[in-house]
Amino acid sequence: MIIELGHYALVLALATAVIQAALPILGARLNDRGLMELASSAAVACFLLVAFAFAVLTFAYVTSDFSVRNVWENSHSLKPMIYKISGVWGNHEGSMLLWLLILTFFSALVASFGRNLPETLKANVLAVQAWIAVAFALFILLTSNPFARLVPAPGEGKDLNPILQDVGLAIHPPLLYLGYVGFSVCFSFAIASLIEGRIDAAWARWVRPWTLAAWTFLTAGISMGSYWAYYELGWGGWWFWDPVENASFMPWLAGTALLHSALVMEKREALKIWTVLLAIMTFSLSLLGTFLVRSGVLTSVHAFATDPTRGIFILAILVFFIGGAFTLFALRVSYLKAGGIFAPISREGALVFNNLILTTATATVLTGTLYPLVLEALTGDKISVGPPFFNMTFGLLMLPLLFAVPFGPLLAWKRGDLAGVSQRLFASVAIGLVFGVAYYYFMNGGPVLALFGIALGVYLIAGSLTDLALRSGLGKVAGNVAWRRFSGLPRSAFGTALAHIGLGITLIGIVAVTAFETETVVEMKPGMTVEAGGYTLRFDGMRNGSGPNYSEESGHFTISRGGVALTEVWSSKRLYQARRMPTTEAGIRTFGLSQLYVSLGDQISEGGIVVRIWWKPMILCIWGGTLFMMAGGFVSLSDRRLRVGAPAKAKRPKTVPVGAAE
Amino acid sequence: MNRLLLVLLLLLAPVGAALAVNPDEVLSDPALEARARALSAELRCMVCQNQSIDDSNAELAKDLRVLVRERLANGDSDEAVIDYVVSRYGEFVLLKPRFETKTLILWGMPATLLLVGAITLIVASRRRAAQAKGTPLSEDEKEKLKKLLQP
Repeated sequence: MIIELGHYALVLALATAVIQAALPILGARLNDRGLMELASSAAVACFLLVAFAFAVLTFAYVTSDFSVRNVWENSHSLKPMIYKISGVWGNHEGSMLLWLLILTFFSALVASFGRNLPETLKANVLAVQAWIAVAFALFILLTSNPFARLVPAPGEGKDLNPILQDVGLAIHPPLLYLGYVGFSVCFSFAIASLIEGRIDAAWARWVRPWTLAAWTFLTAGISMGSYWAYYELGWGGWWFWDPVENASFMPWLAGTALLHSALVMEKREALKIWTVLLAIMTFSLSLLGTFLVRSGVLTSVHAFATDPTRGIFILAILVFFIGGAFTLFALRVSYLKAGGIFAPISREGALVFNNLILTTATATVLTGTLYPLVLEALTGDKISVGPPFFNMTFGLLMLPLLFAVPFGPLLAWKRGDLAGVSQRLFASVAIGLVFGVAYYYFMNGGPVLALFGIALGVYLIAGSLTDLALRSGLGKVAGNVAWRRFSGLPRSAFGTALAHIGLGITLIGIVAVTAFETETVVEMKPGMTVEAGGYTLRFDGMRNGSGPNYSEESGHFTISRGGVALTEVWSSKRLYQARRMPTTEAGIRTFGLSQLYVSLGDQISEGGIVVRIWWKPMILCIWGGTLFMMAGGFVSLSDRRLRVGAPAKAKRPKTVPVGAAE
Repeated sequence: MNRLLLVLLLLLAPVGAALAVNPDEVLSDPALEARARALSAELRCMVCQNQSIDDSNAELAKDLRVLVRERLANGDSDEAVIDYVVSRYGEFVLLKPRFETKTLILWGMPATLLLVGAITLIVASRRRAAQAKGTPLSEDEKEKLKKLLQP
């Protein structure tokens, strides 16, 4: 009964979304306040209904109600509770419901926090959000219903894919979706302003917090996913340029560009057209990512053809929203006048450079991801585009951008002084090189490029700190004055610095691991030792054990340095009974920022087993850097001028109707 | 969720608990082995989803790894090994596609976009700078300005 209630709530949510999609926009046209205000209550109601449906599905998982087909397919009564809950979104149907839940959640947030928005804009934004909600609610109800029943109900479920039974899965998809779907708000703002035909600096100010929030969550989601793959897949890779990864990385790149261009628009009212276009493109990439992952088109073009309903449905959604948005943009673009002017060497110029590179990088990843599919569809030729391609093209594109990053915040708006800024950054370059050489020396050589990579990372950190130091007048004014100025700097300045520092830290991690990682593959028998990263690992033997729904074999290793035993590590291979599926549980020990990664292979001879040991120098920097980026996002979000619900009266007069002289 | 699919796809391939190179495959000459590893990272495991033969423990990947090492041990150059593998398995096996007619757009995309973007920006900024000069004040306006400035 309760399952049917959930199903019914979802249908009601669809109906609410239809109302929210149609009436407020009419109200905005007719200037009917009642119809416009309907949007907010409908948005909240829609969210509550979807949340109820989601809670019902969760309840079915928690109580292991195998009469629900979705639960039977993806759960097991013996599974630990946390994985019963996370299993709700560990499958196609449930994950689409989560998608919808987060979409309506954002609509409800706009409805309740957007009190300072102009009435018509708010009504239109919520209506556009509802169009998306209608499309995805229909998709779920028609092709991927999680509430479908199974008669007769089986006694036991088929269990969740064991690799997904991990804390990582519990948090990775919700974070990723908060980012992915969060960009829908930017999209809706863009479409709403195109419908209204007015757009100005205030628009950028309203959109920026949403962009920041979505970007921060997406950063967290991608980083989390990367760390999860690193420890769970068992071979220590942390980024594979896999199409599904690219699907989330493209909105991130475009979102990063959007974050920067919205800044120019807000401060200088320039780049309006471009910012609107970017907002549309970012969410389009989110939709494209959903399509790529959900349609099965990635496995093979043919997999798409064998079960076409879902794929074609999402493709239709994709064509409707992306096509519609770009058509609307093309129709309205002539109304939008470019705003403030600036010299090429200026803060605006630097941000434009950032956008140029990030957009090109996004397009490169997009081309690389889709090229094999398109080429095969058109000519039948099968080619692969893999990590070597992406590393080369993406790496080359990023180099100039990374070098330019510290310049941006130091350049003045409108017209900057490149020579002066270069002078101020001279110390940072020097510090970077010193660190690069020192690390190189410390590692006893290695690829010379690594030296420059480390130098670039350190320079990014030093350059970002330079900006803060200069702004607070460090060295020019008395210490206490500098401190007062420092603590008085706007939060967004700290946000920028933190995010850029994070970028530097991540870069250092990537360079160090790529250049200095060591890998040892040996067959070990108990008592044997192996050297890795200056540590000695002794293999002590195997032990059999079992967990709630798996059995495992674990190898025990003692780690010592200079003859002194430091710690121990277990590395295991598990077999999950329900699916008879093996997984690797790598043994990982952290030393400072570096890690030893021990993974078990096959048993070759009696008592011997293949062991793979990696020394991953500075690897934690990769994810540590993203923590800084997220911190930057949150700190920026708490900036007074962006704080949600901050007094906004002063913003309204700025709104200028289209066609008005600018 | 993305990760999820990746994992699901990986599992379609015959993945065991063990991965990649086994000790018995490793060549005794470290220089040769390093070359073999570098080559393996560029060759796709045909039965896996987006994995190089260096990362995969599928039977076919193992065969290819051994093949690459055999060719290297016979004194083949890196290019010769790649050519040989491609002649047997087709271009699908290359993770970094060759630069040729059908991959022109793929390889040309980044540079073209950068160029087009940069040119558009330069043209747009010139036009805007020209517009910004605007029209000179009319006689009326000059008069008004004078009045404003000299109270």
